[in-house]
Amino acid sequence: MSAPAKLPRWADWGLLPAINLLAALVLSAGIIKLVGESPWAAFKLMAGGAFGTPDAVGYTLYYGTNFIFTGLAVAVAYHAGIFNIGAEGQAYIGGLGVGLVCLAGGAWPFWVVLPLAILAGAVFGAAWAFIPAWLQARRGSHIVITTIMFNFIAAALMTYLLVNVLIKPGQQSPETREFGAHAFLPPLHQLLRHVGLNAAPSPLNVSFLLALAACYFVWLLVWRTRWGYALRVAGQSPAAAAYAGISPGRVTIGVMLLSGALASGLGVNVLMGEQHRILLDFPEGAGFVGIAVALMGRNHPVGILLAAVLFGALYQGGSQLSFDMPHVTRELVVVIQGLVILFCGALENVFRRPLAALLGRNP
Amino acid sequence: MSRAVPALELRGIEKRFGAVHANRAISLTVAAGSVHGLVGENGAGKSTLMNIVYGFHPPDSGEILVRGRPVRLASPSDAIAAGIGMVHQHFMLVEDFTVLENVLLGAEGGARLAGGRDRARASLAQLARDYGLEVPPDAVVGHLSVGQQQRVEILKALHRGADLLILDEPTAVLTPQEADQLFQLLARLRGQGKTVILVTHKLREIMAVTDRVTVMRQGTVVHETATADTSPRALAEQMVGRSVLLQVEKSPAQPGAPVLEVTGLAVRDRFGVPRVKDVSFTVREREIVGIAGVAGNGQSELLEALAGLAEPAAGSIRLGGRDLAGLDARARRRHGLAHVPEDRLRLAIIASFPAEDNAILGYQDGSAYNRGLLLDRAAIRAGCEQKMAAFDVRPPQPRLRSSAFSGGNQQKLVLAREIDSSPRVLLVGQPTRGVDIGAIEFIHRRLVALRDAGVALLLVSVELDEILALADRILVMAGGEIVGELSRAEATEEKIGLLMAGVRAGT
Amino acid sequence: METYTLIVLLLAGTIRVATPLVLAALAGLFSERSGVIALGLEGMMLGAAFAAAAVSAVSGSAWLGLAAGVAAASLLALLLAFACVTHRGDQVVAAMAINIMVAGLAPTLALAWFDLGGQTPQLEGAHQRFTSLAWPWALEARRVPVPGLLYADLLSGHNLIVYFAAVLVPASAWVLYRTRFGLRLRAVGENPTAVDTAGLSVTGLRYRAVLISGALCGVAGTYLSTAASSGFVHDMTAGKGYLALAALIFGKWRPWPTLGACLLFAFTDALASRLQGVALPLVGVIPVQFILALPYALTVLLLAGFVGRAVAPRAIGVPYSKEK
Repeated sequence: MSAPAKLPRWADWGLLPAINLLAALVLSAGIIKLVGESPWAAFKLMAGGAFGTPDAVGYTLYYGTNFIFTGLAVAVAYHAGIFNIGAEGQAYIGGLGVGLVCLAGGAWPFWVVLPLAILAGAVFGAAWAFIPAWLQARRGSHIVITTIMFNFIAAALMTYLLVNVLIKPGQQSPETREFGAHAFLPPLHQLLRHVGLNAAPSPLNVSFLLALAACYFVWLLVWRTRWGYALRVAGQSPAAAAYAGISPGRVTIGVMLLSGALASGLGVNVLMGEQHRILLDFPEGAGFVGIAVALMGRNHPVGILLAAVLFGALYQGGSQLSFDMPHVTRELVVVIQGLVILFCGALENVFRRPLAALLGRNP
Repeated sequence: MSRAVPALELRGIEKRFGAVHANRAISLTVAAGSVHGLVGENGAGKSTLMNIVYGFHPPDSGEILVRGRPVRLASPSDAIAAGIGMVHQHFMLVEDFTVLENVLLGAEGGARLAGGRDRARASLAQLARDYGLEVPPDAVVGHLSVGQQQRVEILKALHRGADLLILDEPTAVLTPQEADQLFQLLARLRGQGKTVILVTHKLREIMAVTDRVTVMRQGTVVHETATADTSPRALAEQMVGRSVLLQVEKSPAQPGAPVLEVTGLAVRDRFGVPRVKDVSFTVREREIVGIAGVAGNGQSELLEALAGLAEPAAGSIRLGGRDLAGLDARARRRHGLAHVPEDRLRLAIIASFPAEDNAILGYQDGSAYNRGLLLDRAAIRAGCEQKMAAFDVRPPQPRLRSSAFSGGNQQKLVLAREIDSSPRVLLVGQPTRGVDIGAIEFIHRRLVALRDAGVALLLVSVELDEILALADRILVMAGGEIVGELSRAEATEEKIGLLMAGVRAGT
Repeated sequence: METYTLIVLLLAGTIRVATPLVLAALAGLFSERSGVIALGLEGMMLGAAFAAAAVSAVSGSAWLGLAAGVAAASLLALLLAFACVTHRGDQVVAAMAINIMVAGLAPTLALAWFDLGGQTPQLEGAHQRFTSLAWPWALEARRVPVPGLLYADLLSGHNLIVYFAAVLVPASAWVLYRTRFGLRLRAVGENPTAVDTAGLSVTGLRYRAVLISGALCGVAGTYLSTAASSGFVHDMTAGKGYLALAALIFGKWRPWPTLGACLLFAFTDALASRLQGVALPLVGVIPVQFILALPYALTVLLLAGFVGRAVAPRAIGVPYSKEK
């Protein structure tokens, strides 16, 4: 069996993902043409929308925060050899946990509400990941299908709750009442003003810092602890794991719990940082973006951070694009997402071998 | 005797797989209507050569002539068209299909199975008459005995019109009676004008049924003769060869108390087939016990059971008097049992990890490498550096990816790791597989040094030189059982070779 | 009599809901039996639904829509085969990539071409949709009490694709077990090396299997937008591709049991829809969201093996490479 061609570190981590992204963008350009618009104009609009104005950067990072959380969730599971497609549902239910604490603790001080909400979110998110994980470990049920099913079930459950149970009395739209002021996460532009820096208003809030902390935490866990070590061994070779005294079943369940907990960070960002209430479908597909972000970021927190910001830019730029080019939907970004997953994930070998040959390395 | 056109002729066949030179300048002639034996130890290159003849791989260079005509065998369908059939060592059968369906695969005789089925049935009946190959056509292959499955493989080849039949280690999985039936079949095939190439390491069979025999060693042909002109002993000598006998400075053993006691051990594989049958032995302090035997005779399963990677079906394993039943690999390590696995790349090393990460595999939870919640990276790196220095692992770069190290250096690192915890018992499987000569010598010296320091070593190896160089006591394993025990003093290459090959002493 | 009518109508509804599931599940059957994981059914169906509705709206012919649907899904299948069989890419990742891509592409193209917010134009008239076909004397038969109702409402009155799906089940069984292609297909999913040794092309067989699955998903998707509805709407497959895969696993990769599983799903769905808003004895009115979630929850239960463990084709999910 011919081994995958070896590339020098900088090519493996920088050049190859860049080439894959480029391929995805080239094909997207083709689609934009198909749709009857100019790809060049479209990309310019997107770039402008993402970075052109002061508040745009804030929005880009705000979206990026969501993708950092879901990207970390997917990546952590990937290291253990598990493809977690359920980050969307885990983020959704995790957010429920966050929201419930915020609703219940409107009178509590901020420094009580925040940690409790984060904890509740983590517990709820982990719980949502538990059943598929257990089924895979004990019954061999394909975790990809079960997590996808749990995404759908989460949507149904949340719809039910928001329409029937949690809805603000007297209101039509299925959302809860607003949280008490103590459950509002201060936006970063406000904090920066205290320090004398003038930043444009945007929903970018403290959870961005939480996301960065999560990046550090994940890095620490995966590469600097014995549990992360066990995770990576199990993901590379179940036989070697047994040799090293590691139980693959326990790894599966443990890593999925962590994954669900990480995904719940999205709830903190969106619900406490921007919306200040629980509403329908607040993840808005971020769970799936997390897959693209993880693959593009090579499952490493630094790469995920960069990829998340990039996708944040795509989303923010995509919003702008759909304003100025009414023929192009926000869904175009979903297409780019799919193409990135295709090139970074499945068609990985297509560019790898020619690149290795070009760089003069033989497998 | 007339100069008949040979059934098969190979000229200068070369084949490399990366760094491994599997076949070097092989030339071979097989007379038509004969049974030709091809012998050699594991790794001699026999299977690779036959896979080339069957079109599985193209040779890097060389020519192949079938019945005097040069052919290009780019795929098995070319080989089949040229009248070549092959029965592989690991059967190429679809277990859920019936015998008939397996025979039909590839030779269905039409888009709809119905017509082809009847024709195949008739053909099978005819083959049964001609060769005595009785197999119920509608039986599910997965339910048949191994001997019957092999017959299906042969039927497949004959049904496709094979004139040249290659059998790769056919009796590795047969009982003695089934093997005899196979020999009768081969004689009948020859009688019908077919040509057979019998690839095996078992000399008894060669003597029983072949007309000529070719010996391969380390990728080349070293000897060719008429079977009548040779003997098992002569062949064993050629097979095992007078290769560089690695001399290791070894003082005579002074074994101490028994440390590892194995009693009545029986192990089954995951299909429930018994692989180790009633094995008992002891390994003492300051002693190296070597288990010699051709691969596939239960040594791997034995090691796995001892290491805690597989549960035995019966028997007991005691280390220093304590029963190891129920303890997993990690627990056994804590009790002083270390393991250098046979399959380095699957078990002992994660190729994509840096060397320092592999240097703690199996020991990642210990206090030596952890400081509180975090791994003590400094200690890990220092530990790896120290191991690399002590075992001369090159390049001594702990952060380098393990796949960048040569096999020898990888193995030295594994050994360093397992020894680092000062085990009482060290299990070692194929320690020098894929390892260069320099590293081999180093590893051998280290193993002897370990012995002298008081460790009890159990060495499993298919390389006879290695066993003879290292072991104080030699157990020979065949068919899942220990078929002989020799002290180093009384052991000779011949004696061991014959035991390995299934020829009991005194035959 | 009331109950009998209700039952017949329920069964008829079951058949209609089951049709896309059966088509997709059989598509998955061919793919998985050859050793390629069929997680891309969702994306292929969605793509076909869009293509069929779009072409049907523009050309005025449901048949052209069908051709477009089949072509679209087959193209996606080709992409999948290229990534997984030729380039030995991860089958799960490739399938998810396609699903996500199509989920974005379909509404994008719909908006661009039709400007209806991501939908295709409403399909009108008997030519733009696959409409119900009445069997001879169906109207008269309805007057005959028991068997007449069965004939008129259960058997007659479905559209062509439903009948196609019904015929497809025995046809698939026939292809799988009685033809040369079926034999080779099953072999390549169990032991690709054995197939290689027999002188056959593993790649060729897998490509053919994946393309067949594409074509059948094409019909399934076309059904959704031109028969079951009158146009393409955002996310119209709603996970049916995954349900079909679960049905296939539950049906142990065999045509008839898979049909049974699909009918079970569909029946549950149809029954649940009937029970919407109806007060049940102990529990009262079941919330509509729970009813919607039922198929998904059922899928998880089935996969949990509470209804028997399933053994997949031996070689599934593993890209084939020659041994030395």
